[in-house]
Amino acid sequence: MRLEYFQMVDRILALDPAARTIRMEGLVPEQSPIFEGHFPGHPILPGVLMIETIAQTGGWLVLATLRFAAMPFLLQVKEAKMRSFVVPGQHLETEARLIHDGSGYAVIEGSISSAGKKVADAEIRYRVVPFPNETLRAQMLETARRIGVPEEYFHAA
Amino acid sequence: MSSTFETVAGIIADTCDIERDKITAESHAINDLGIDSLDFLDVAFAIDKAFGIKMPLEQWTQEVNDSKVSSDEYFVLGNLCANIDKLVAAKSA
Repeated sequence: MRLEYFQMVDRILALDPAARTIRMEGLVPEQSPIFEGHFPGHPILPGVLMIETIAQTGGWLVLATLRFAAMPFLLQVKEAKMRSFVVPGQHLETEARLIHDGSGYAVIEGSISSAGKKVADAEIRYRVVPFPNETLRAQMLETARRIGVPEEYFHAA
Repeated sequence: MSSTFETVAGIIADTCDIERDKITAESHAINDLGIDSLDFLDVAFAIDKAFGIKMPLEQWTQEVNDSKVSSDEYFVLGNLCANIDKLVAAKSA
């Protein structure tokens, strides 16, 4: 994870668009300027970044489901729960399930776990729109390769 | 249609915190009930789930933006319910 660049997930563990599921992992860095302010003497991952982590996990699932034909943007966070602190150096596993692929929007349920214990969960809704430009699409594809999205999901089936 | 309307009106009342009595088949979701685009997506999600359909919102919005149809066609609730009924019928055909 590179918190300053909003890279909240490191690698895909399992991706199955047909089953509408994804699992990912990420390692919270030991050092980050974010921890200097949140909080001095008690560094923990901000809850908003836990939500972002769930949103990115579900976002990759939506992207793969749509074969990168459109981009999901965060629209709504429902029922987010931060169940315990996440600290520097902690290993996280995330998962998401696509519960609705609507017209121009998508809905997922996602969660973060660590050492088998759920630390956060939320329902996330996205507005799904055409990529605003080719620069963003190319960057998303490059990141997709880095985190292990199979090439078969990069283009229309 | 009447049961469709009852379901849709109930969804709108619950989702958008609008008094049920103010919601009629002649109400325009945006112009009369003041539902904004974010709330309308909540309504759309609930309708999709309730009826097991996928309302083609992108297509409808494009048609309205291109002035091919009036927004009344999709956003006056009586018309919206008729379109929902068509989608449900197409699904089970």
